[in-house]
Amino acid sequence: METKDINVCVLRIEGTNNEQEIYDSFKRLGANPSFVHLNEFKSLENFQCLMIPGGFSSGDYIRAGAIFASRIRSRFWDDIKDFVRDGYAIGGICNGFQVLVELGLLPGFSRSIGKVNACLAENDSARFECRHTVLKHVGPNKCVFTRALPENEVLVIPSAHAEGKLLLADDKLYERMEKNGQIVFRYCDRSGRTDCGYPWNPNGSPQNIAGICNEKGNVFGMMPHPERAFYKENANGHSGKVIFESVINYIGERF
Amino acid sequence: METKDVIVNVGLKKGISDPEGNNIKKALRLLGFDEVEEVHVNKYFKITIKASDEDKAKERVREMAEKLLTNPVIHDYEIRW
Repeated sequence: METKDINVCVLRIEGTNNEQEIYDSFKRLGANPSFVHLNEFKSLENFQCLMIPGGFSSGDYIRAGAIFASRIRSRFWDDIKDFVRDGYAIGGICNGFQVLVELGLLPGFSRSIGKVNACLAENDSARFECRHTVLKHVGPNKCVFTRALPENEVLVIPSAHAEGKLLLADDKLYERMEKNGQIVFRYCDRSGRTDCGYPWNPNGSPQNIAGICNEKGNVFGMMPHPERAFYKENANGHSGKVIFESVINYIGERF
Repeated sequence: METKDVIVNVGLKKGISDPEGNNIKKALRLLGFDEVEEVHVNKYFKITIKASDEDKAKERVREMAEKLLTNPVIHDYEIRW
């Protein structure tokens, strides 16, 4: 399909932010995004991509992303499952990543979609970490949001979160994700080394994981904010534009 | 209908690090409370519910804990009736 016909649903509820930047990112690339408030949401039928923005949905009460996730689950869970099965794209950034994890869509092993087996826990520093982070694109290029990005490419993307440490229900799941090529981004240092610790890794995430995708590659979440670094000038040389280009390019080819 | 206050106490599972608790421990020690060994921060929900049938109500509160109040990967919870 043509880029101008790609409909992107930017889902909002109280407390989401950066939805404007996500909207603008798709708009600048010629796609057709629209804001949809959860209360006005009817169906995903006419959309090819669903984006869950960052922010502090429902005030981050209970747990970051928990209320947004439970409301999505009660409103249109079947619709979401069909959307994923049919190969359409879902992206979650920061709080959106937390929502996808709370929904059980990430890590999203094919046999257990909807089972919550991960959590984005409080940063080791017990602080809100807000600064540029360096990310390395690792693993095979199966994720539809990074397919235009060469392997081992390093990006500088701003992070801003208090709960970004990816904990999995079982240590074996890290290996499983690695084997499946589901680890998309790791925090690294300026030279691209991924064996770095704090402060390169802002949250203490095991194995420096910053972004992951589901087994199929069409659901993706990352803690840093590529939409805040769309232009090269925003990001010390590299830009988050490639995330949006990748998914547009995937949808254009596939549908 | 009769109402009832139910407490759901949510804490981190054993072995999950508690950065907030560690910070509080540090702060307490800086205040001279050298005897402090561990601090854990729990979340305590007081939920007032309409409850005519106790068994059913307990089941509903358990559902609330599992659907929204906890993430099974990091949390344990107890319900105080």
